[in-house]
Amino acid sequence: MSNASDIPFAKTTKYIGAALPRATAKRFLFGRGRYTDDIEVPRMLSAAFLRCPYAHARILAIDTTNARKFPGVHSILTGVDLARICRPWVGTLTHFAGMKSAPQLPLAMEKAVWSGHPIAIVIAETRAQAEDALEAIQVEFVELPAVVDALDGLNEHSALINEAAGDNLIYATQIEAGTIAQAFEDAEIVEADFIFGRHTAVTMEPRSILANFDPSTGRLDVHQSTQTPYQFQDVYARHFNLSEANVRVVAPDVGGSFGMKLHVYHEDMAVVGASIISGRPVKFTADRMESFASDIHARDHRVRARLAVSSEGILRGFDVDDVTGVGPFSTYPRTSVVEGNQVVRLIGAAYRVTDYRAALRVVAQNKNQMSQYRAVGHPVAFAVTEYLVDLAARKVGLDPFEIRRRNYLTQDMYPHTTATGYQIERLSLEICLEKLHEVMDYAAIVAEQERLRRTGVYRGIGIATYVEITNPSPAFYGVGGGHVSAQDGCILKVTQSGEIQCMISVTEQGQGTEAIIAQIVAEAVGTDIATVRVFTGDTDMTPAGGAAWACRGAGVGGETALQAGKKLKKRIVEVAGAILHCPAHHLTLVDGRIVDAQQHTRMTLRELAHLSYFRSDLLPAGRPAELTVAHHHGPSGFPFAFTNGIHGSLVEVDVETGIVKILKHWVVEDCGTVINPLLVEEQIRGGVVQGLGAALFEECRYSASGQLLNGSMADYLVPMACEMPDIEVYHVETPTRDTELGAKGCGEAGTAASSAAALNAVNNALSVFGASITQIPMTPERILRAIGAVG
Amino acid sequence: MLTTALLVTVMVNGESVQRFVEPRLSLADFLRRDLGLTGTHLGCEMGACGACLVSLNGSAVHSCLMLAVQADGLSVDTIEGLAESGFISDLQTAFHERNAMQCGFCTSGMLIAARECLAHGGVPSREEIRDALSGNYCRCTGYQSIVDAIETVAIARAEKEVGGPV
Ligand code: FES
Ligand code: FES
Repeated sequence: MSNASDIPFAKTTKYIGAALPRATAKRFLFGRGRYTDDIEVPRMLSAAFLRCPYAHARILAIDTTNARKFPGVHSILTGVDLARICRPWVGTLTHFAGMKSAPQLPLAMEKAVWSGHPIAIVIAETRAQAEDALEAIQVEFVELPAVVDALDGLNEHSALINEAAGDNLIYATQIEAGTIAQAFEDAEIVEADFIFGRHTAVTMEPRSILANFDPSTGRLDVHQSTQTPYQFQDVYARHFNLSEANVRVVAPDVGGSFGMKLHVYHEDMAVVGASIISGRPVKFTADRMESFASDIHARDHRVRARLAVSSEGILRGFDVDDVTGVGPFSTYPRTSVVEGNQVVRLIGAAYRVTDYRAALRVVAQNKNQMSQYRAVGHPVAFAVTEYLVDLAARKVGLDPFEIRRRNYLTQDMYPHTTATGYQIERLSLEICLEKLHEVMDYAAIVAEQERLRRTGVYRGIGIATYVEITNPSPAFYGVGGGHVSAQDGCILKVTQSGEIQCMISVTEQGQGTEAIIAQIVAEAVGTDIATVRVFTGDTDMTPAGGAAWACRGAGVGGETALQAGKKLKKRIVEVAGAILHCPAHHLTLVDGRIVDAQQHTRMTLRELAHLSYFRSDLLPAGRPAELTVAHHHGPSGFPFAFTNGIHGSLVEVDVETGIVKILKHWVVEDCGTVINPLLVEEQIRGGVVQGLGAALFEECRYSASGQLLNGSMADYLVPMACEMPDIEVYHVETPTRDTELGAKGCGEAGTAASSAAALNAVNNALSVFGASITQIPMTPERILRAIGAVG
Repeated sequence: MLTTALLVTVMVNGESVQRFVEPRLSLADFLRRDLGLTGTHLGCEMGACGACLVSLNGSAVHSCLMLAVQADGLSVDTIEGLAESGFISDLQTAFHERNAMQCGFCTSGMLIAARECLAHGGVPSREEIRDALSGNYCRCTGYQSIVDAIETVAIARAEKEVGGPV
C-alpha cells in the first residue's frame, strides 16, 4: 500500500460511494462537447486515403501525376515518402516467447495485406477535394491468393502473408497443469466446438486525428480521439525521431473508445508523417466505411473444449484448443495475442479445477487487424466455460445454480492461484450467485417458463459467471518491453482562491473518470467537491501515466488521486499550523475549513490560499507555502486485481422466425469499493449491451476472397433501443487490500459475460428441441438451423 | 461535377445566415464547418445513426442526408439553438441527473429525438420510448438511462399539465 502521508484516510462516504451526476458532462447537453473533428486550426489541410481493394495484392506501381493536378490538392504521399521519416513498428512483446509479426509502415510498400490497407494519402484544402483526387491515382496491382479462414492459414500450402516468417503462425502457447488425462478418466465428459465471430467497436465518434507539426521548432501537437495520449506521445517521438518533450498529444472529448482507440493505426502515423513533411496541420476523420475496414476487429475464435465432471457434479478438468485469426500482423504496441492468451488463461478461473490443459494458436490472415476491445478475451473464455458448466449440470442432473455452488472458489480459499497461474486476492462468487438467485426470482421465472412452454412460447434462462482482470501491473506489457505505463500520476494545486485543480493521467471517454477523481480528491483533501476541477488527456499538462485501459481508472487512477489528496491535505494543515502557531497534527480539513481538535474552524482554505499567494511576507520565514503536490502510484502486491460477478438473462426464442428477444438481464457485480454507484451501473449496462450485440447481431462478415461484406451501419447491426431490455444491476463490495481505496475496475464486467448468459439462455430455451447452438452471433438463421427448421 | 457555389439563406437558430456553398455540401457539413455548430455530429452519413439530427421547420431530420442548398429559405434549429432557447431544459436536466449520456456523441441527436417523441404530449410507455429512439444509436449507455430520463420528463410534463400527480 502506498501511503503518501501519515494522516490516516478516514472514509467519510460523503463523496466516495455517492451517486453523483457528472458535473462536466453538462456540455454535451448544450452541444458544447469538443471532439477532434470539431477542431479547426489555421492553414489546416484534410486527408483522405487510397486503400487497397484486394485482401492481398502486390503493388507494382503507383502513379499520382494526374491526381496531383486536382483543385485544392496540396500533396500526395505514398509508402516510400513516409518510410523515409518513420521507423517501422513491430507488434511483438518479448514475454510472448517466439511470437513474430511483420514490421509495419504508415502506407503499404510492395504489398498490401488486407482490403482497406492504406496505400496513399492525399492532403488537400478540403476532405471532399482530397477524395476527388483519390479517384485519379493509378495503382498497378497483382492480386495474390488470400488467407481468409484462420484454419486455412495454418495449412502447409497456404499463401504466406509475411514471407519472411515462413508461415502464418504469429504465436502459439500451451498450458498444462495437473494431470489432465487422469481428470478425464472415468469422468462424465461434455464437449463443444465454438465459433466466435468478429465484431467491432463502432464508437459513435469515428477515429479522428489532427496533427500539427511546426518545422521551426520541431514541435508536434496532436489532437487525437484516443484513450491513451501518453502512449502516442512515446510512439510519435520514437518513430518519427522527435524530442519527446516537444511532442504533445491531447485527447479532447472522445466519442467512445472501448479499447479500440489505443492501438496504433496506419492512418494516424501517415497523418503525423504528412504534417511533418508538409509543415501544415493535417486532419483525418475516418468515415464509417473506413472505420469498419480499419478500426480493430475483436474476437474471431474457434474453440474446441472439453470438461470432465464427476457424477456428483464436481468439475475435474478442462481441455481447450483455441485458434484465433488476428489479421495480417500483430497490433502495436500491445500485440494481438493478449486476447487469445486471456481466453486460455481465464477459462475455469472461478472454479476449483487444478487439472487443465489449453493450447492457443494465433494466426495471420488477410483481414483487418484484430486486437484488444472491451473485455479482451473474457467473453470468449466465459462463454466456453459457462456453456460447458451448464452442459455438465444437465449431464449429471443438477440445476445451473447448484453446480456452480458446488464448484466455485469459496471464502476459505483465498488467496488462490488458478490452474493457469493467476493469483487471486479474493472474490465473492458464492455471494453474487445467491444474490442473483434472489433478484431474478429464479423459482418464479422457471415456473413461468414451464407454463408458457405448454402454450408454445419458448423462454430460456441463462446465467454466466465472470472473473475479470483489472488494475494490471507491468506484468501485462511492461515486462515484455512494451512502452505502456501501468502507473499513473496526479498533480494537485490549490488555486489563489482556495479551490483545487487536479491534473491526472487517467483519461475520460464518458465513463466518468473525471467525476470519480473529483469525488476522491474532495474527500481525501476534505473540501467541497464544487471547488475541485479535474483535467485529463493532455500530455503537456498532467504527469505521464497509463490513462485508460483494463479498467484501471478507478483502481489505479483513483488510488493515485487519493494519495495525492492526502499529501495535499497534509501540506495544507502544515501551512495552517505555521500560520496559526498550532501543531499541524491538531488540525484537519473539513469541507474546505481548517478545524482544530475541538472542531472549531480556525481559517478557511480560501483564507489560507489568499495569505499564501498574496501575503507570503506574513508566513513564517523559510516556510514558503507549497500548495502544489504530485503523486504517482503503480499497482503493487497482486499482479492484477480480479473482480467477479454473475449475469442472468431471460430470453424468448421465436421458433418460427429464429428471432431472440431479450426480456430481462441482471448483473450482480463486485468491483471492490464503489466510488459512484450511478456510474458503475451505467458502465455495466453499456457493457452488457455491447455483449448482447455480439451475442445476437454484430458480425463483420467476409467473403471467401477476403472482402468485408457489411461495412456500413445499415448492414452491420448495432443493438437499438427497441431491441434491448432493462438491465438490473446489484453490487457486492470486496475491496482490494492492495490499495487504501480498495477499488477494482468495472468497465468491462458488463461485456465479460453478458453474451455467455445470453448463449446459455438461448440454449436453455432450445433444450426442449434437443437442439443447441455454439456460435455467436446467434442470428435467426443459425437458430433455425440449430432446431432443424432450415437445412 | 457542379462546383459553382450557390448562395443560400437559412434561418439557423433564429438568425438568418447567408453563405455561398458548394451544391454537394451536406447540411451537416454546412452547420459544422461553415457555421461552427459542431454540436451536430456525424456517425454514419447515411441516415442510420441519428447523431446528426436537427430540427427543420420543427421536425427532426437527418442533416447528413440533406444538402445545404435544400435548406435554402427554411428554418433549422440545432442542439445549440434548442439548448440556449430553454425549450428542452427539462430534458437536459433529466439527462444530466440520470447520467443519460456517457461520451456524449449521440446526445444531441437523442435530445432532438426525445423532444419529438414527447411533442404530442401524454406519457409514452417505455416500449414506445424505445421505439421512438430506434433511429438513434448509442454505443455507451445501453439506452436504459436515456429511456428513464425521457420517461421522467414525460411524467413531469403530464403532471404539470393536469396540475397535479396523475
Ligand atoms: S450521421 Fe446522419 S444518421 Fe448517422
Ligand atoms: S453516450 Fe456515447 S454514444 Fe451515446
